[in-house]
Amino acid sequence: MYQTIISAAVEGAEATNPLVPNVWEMGVVLAGFAVLMYIVVKFVVPMFEKTFAERAEAIEGGIAKAEKAQAEASAALEEYKQQLTDARAEANRIREEARAEGAQILADLKEKAASESARITAQAHVQIESERQAAVVSLRSEVGTLATTLAGRIVGEALNDDERSARVVDRFLADLENQNAGAAK
Amino acid sequence: MHLPAILPWGVADGFSKQMLLVILSVVIIATFFLLAARKQQLVPGKLQFAGEMAYGFVRNGIAKDIIGGKDFMKYVPLLFSLFFFILVNNIYGAIPVIQLPSFSHVGGAYVLAGIVYVTWIAIGIKKNGLKYFKLATVPSGVPVYILPIVIPIEIISNFLVRPVTHSLRLFATMLAGHLIVMIAGSGIEFLVMQENILLKGTSLLVIAGAVAMYMLEALIMALQAYVFTLLTAIYIEGALHADSH
Repeated sequence: MYQTIISAAVEGAEATNPLVPNVWEMGVVLAGFAVLMYIVVKFVVPMFEKTFAERAEAIEGGIAKAEKAQAEASAALEEYKQQLTDARAEANRIREEARAEGAQILADLKEKAASESARITAQAHVQIESERQAAVVSLRSEVGTLATTLAGRIVGEALNDDERSARVVDRFLADLENQNAGAAK
Repeated sequence: MHLPAILPWGVADGFSKQMLLVILSVVIIATFFLLAARKQQLVPGKLQFAGEMAYGFVRNGIAKDIIGGKDFMKYVPLLFSLFFFILVNNIYGAIPVIQLPSFSHVGGAYVLAGIVYVTWIAIGIKKNGLKYFKLATVPSGVPVYILPIVIPIEIISNFLVRPVTHSLRLFATMLAGHLIVMIAGSGIEFLVMQENILLKGTSLLVIAGAVAMYMLEALIMALQAYVFTLLTAIYIEGALHADSH
């Protein structure tokens, strides 16, 4: 049985040289490959390339967008920081101003009060002085008159001559002052 | 063990199983990639992702790496078609019922190697003019007195041997793999039918060996598709940059 199988195989091998091609098979391979090439060139490669290009573009576009967003965000942050710094400086300035103004107001008020009190004091001095002067004048004349009258009466001698009596009174007063001065010493 | 003629045309062997498989491979490849590429979503689905992986493997892994430059895109369709055409036709050999790598018939291998041969020579002439033949056969930097020996060697190796090795490498590996798997299968059948229980038992060893050979064959099928495409890319690159070699 095996002999027949083997001999059949040997006969088959001898009948066809494997290096000699079957022309029809070559034709089919050529035609099939040509059809495949056509489909690949016309459809498959362009479709894949289009997808690849779109994908690359989408990825690059996404990266660019993200970069832009990041730049915007950092710009906004920078702006906020700047504003914050400005606001702090402003607040400091206002505080300083207020403090200076308060001090100024206080000083003004103090000065005003001082000048007012000085003025009042001065006025009182002046008034007192004038009243004293008035009192002195009035006392001088009145005491003079009273004393003259009194003396006239006592002496019995009318001292009607005003000019002379005035001279007497003055002399008298001067003597008094001298005495006072001597006593004070 | 020869193919049944499906449609006897009265010419040669008629319409064979191999021809049917070749046509089927074109349908499979075209359908798969057209479906995968159809949606063109930026975030791919599973099918589209698989298609892009496969396409990207040939585009970037072979065409861009080997040919490079700006004009590698021109050769992507050829390399892509070659790779998947050969891959599918080889993988047939690993599918149980089909079990026939199309390129175990030498005709297909001749056709593809011929297409590549014509293509790279045409590219060389288009790029460098008729001077291309001088560039391809006279290596620079070789002393003049050695040239009479080198030039014939270059002519033979580049223009005569190259298409032959290119086609026979594919054909022979496929045929040999096909034969080994078939022989292992027949051996298993033979041993299992023995009356002697010990002899019958040895069939287990052959089964283990056959499975290992089958795995190796599957690897070689994929590898040969890659090798064929890679060599094509290398030939094209050589023709494009003949002046710098």
